[in-house]
Amino acid sequence: MHPAYSVILFTSASGAGYGLLVWLALARLSGAWEIGPATGLAACLLALVLVTIGLMSSTFHLGHPERAWRAFTQWRSSWLSREGVAAILTYPAALVFTAGWVWDGVSATLMMAAAAATLLLSLVTVYTTSMIYASLNTIPRWSNGFVTPVYLLLALASGGLLFSAALGLSGAAGMSDLLLIATVLLVAWVVKWYYWRYIDSATPPSDTGTATGLGHLGTVTQLEAPHTSENYLLKEMGYQVARKHAARLRRLSLLSGLVVPAVLLLLAGALQGPVQIALLLVAVISGALGIVNERWLFFAEARHLVTLYYGRSV
Amino acid sequence: MTMLPKATKKKLGLVTDLDICVGCHACAVNCKEWNTGGHSAPLTDLDAYGADPDGVWFNRVHVYETDNGNDTRTVNFPRSCLHCEQPDCVTVCPTGASYKREEDGIVLVDAEKCIGCKLCSWACAYGAREYDETDGIMKKCTLCIDRIYNENLEASERQPACVITCPTNARHFGDLGDPESDISKLVAKRGGFQLMPETGYEPVNRYLPPRPRKTQAGDTGAAARLQAAEDSKASSDFFSWLDKKLSR
Repeated sequence: MHPAYSVILFTSASGAGYGLLVWLALARLSGAWEIGPATGLAACLLALVLVTIGLMSSTFHLGHPERAWRAFTQWRSSWLSREGVAAILTYPAALVFTAGWVWDGVSATLMMAAAAATLLLSLVTVYTTSMIYASLNTIPRWSNGFVTPVYLLLALASGGLLFSAALGLSGAAGMSDLLLIATVLLVAWVVKWYYWRYIDSATPPSDTGTATGLGHLGTVTQLEAPHTSENYLLKEMGYQVARKHAARLRRLSLLSGLVVPAVLLLLAGALQGPVQIALLLVAVISGALGIVNERWLFFAEARHLVTLYYGRSV
Repeated sequence: MTMLPKATKKKLGLVTDLDICVGCHACAVNCKEWNTGGHSAPLTDLDAYGADPDGVWFNRVHVYETDNGNDTRTVNFPRSCLHCEQPDCVTVCPTGASYKREEDGIVLVDAEKCIGCKLCSWACAYGAREYDETDGIMKKCTLCIDRIYNENLEASERQPACVITCPTNARHFGDLGDPESDISKLVAKRGGFQLMPETGYEPVNRYLPPRPRKTQAGDTGAAARLQAAEDSKASSDFFSWLDKKLSR
C-alpha cells in the first residue's frame, strides 16, 4: 500500500496524543504519580494538539475536505465513521479534564468522571483506528489479530514516553515509574516483532490462480497488462518495498523506537534535574522516530489482493 | 446509506466468457466512451497523449498465461465491478456515498456525498473502483444504469455498453438472481464461477471457464465421426445396398 504521509502522521501523532491522555487520566484516577497543575495542563494541551494535528492531517488527503462532516454519519457500518465519532466524543471529556488541572470550576468529582471518560474514549478511539485497517479482508497483513494490540500498545508506549517527560518536569520521575514505562515500551515492540514474524510466515489466502479462477489450468502468470503505464490501482495499492530495505528499516525502528528510549529511561531513572529531563526528551524524539518508521513500514509492507491481477503475490 | 439491503429483488450482473474473449479491449473502450458522458461523467484522463497516460476506466482487460507443465494457454480476462452481494466497499464508506440498490443489486457511488477518502477502493479485492483526481471522488462501473433503464433507447439497446459492443458475444447481462433467466441457465450449463470467493464478498458476476483444449488427434471428433460412419454402414441396409450398387 502507498505510504501516504498524511495517514502516517495521523496515526502516529493521534496515537501518541491519546496514549498521553490515557497516562494522565490514570495518574489522576490512581493518584500514583505527583504531577503539578501547570505540567498537567501543559501535557493535556500537548496531547490535544497532537490529536488535533493527527485528525486534521487525515483530512489533507481527502478529495473533498469540505464534506468531511459527512464521515460522522455511517457509524453503523463503517469503522472510519466510528473513529470520527469516537474522536469527537473524546473532546468534551478531554477538555474538561484539561481545564480541571488548573480551574476550580471543575469539581473533584467532575474531574474524576472526566478522567475516566477521557481514559475510556481515548482507548476506544485508538481501537477504532486500528479496526479501519484490521477489518480490510483485502489486505491479509492488516486483517489479523496483531494489528489492534499493536496500535493500542504503541499508543500507550509513545504516550508513555511523553508522560515520562511530564513526570520529569514535575520532578516526580523515579526509577520505578520509568521502569514501568520502559516495560510497556518493551511489550509493545515485542508484540510488533511477533507481527513481523507472522506476516513473513503467514500463508496468503489467495493467489493469481484464485483471483482469476484459472488455477485449475496450472500456474497463472500475467502475459500482458491492461494498460501501458501505472494507473490508480497500482499507484495506491501496488506500492512494494524491497525485502532487504524492509529488514533494515525494521531493525532501525526497533533501535530508535525501543532500544534507545529504553536505555535513556533507565539512565534517567538514576539521574535528576535538567539532565534527567533532557534524556527523557531525547527518548521522546527517538521513540517518535521509531513509530513513524514502523507506521511507514505498516503501509509499505502491506500487500493488496488486487495486485494478484497484476501477477504479484500477497 | 452504507448498511446493505437484506436481500435485493434482482441480482443484475455480467457473465464473461473466458473461452471466447479475444482480448480486443472493445468492452473497455466502449465503456469509457459511454460512461465519460453518462452517470459518472467525466472519466478523466491525465496526460492522455503524453508518455505516461493515466485515467479512470471501469474495465481493464488483462491477458494471462496458464502453464501446467504439459500445456500452456493464453486467456484474455476482462475485469470490472462484480456488484457483490456482501460488498465491503459499501460498508466501509464513512459518508453513505457508496450504496447497494435494493431493487436490482447495483453498487453505486453518490458523487454528491463522496469525500474522496479512497477507503472503498482499499476494501475492494477486484480493483473495481478508480479514483478521479480531477473530481476528487471515487468512480466505478454503474452497470450502465443510464442505458439499461433508458426508455429513449431501443429495447435491444438497453444493455451495458461493454455487453452490446462485444464482437464475439463474450459478455452477457441479466438477472443472476432468477434461476430461469437466460444468463443463469448459461452459468449453470457452462459451470460459471465467482472470482476469489474466499473474500466472502459473494460476487454476483460470473466468469465462464475456457473449454477443455483439444490436444489429442482424437479430440477433434474426426475419429469418433469415422467410427460412427463405420457403424452406420454396417447397420444400415439402405446404405450398404447403395454402397454395393455404387461401387459395382
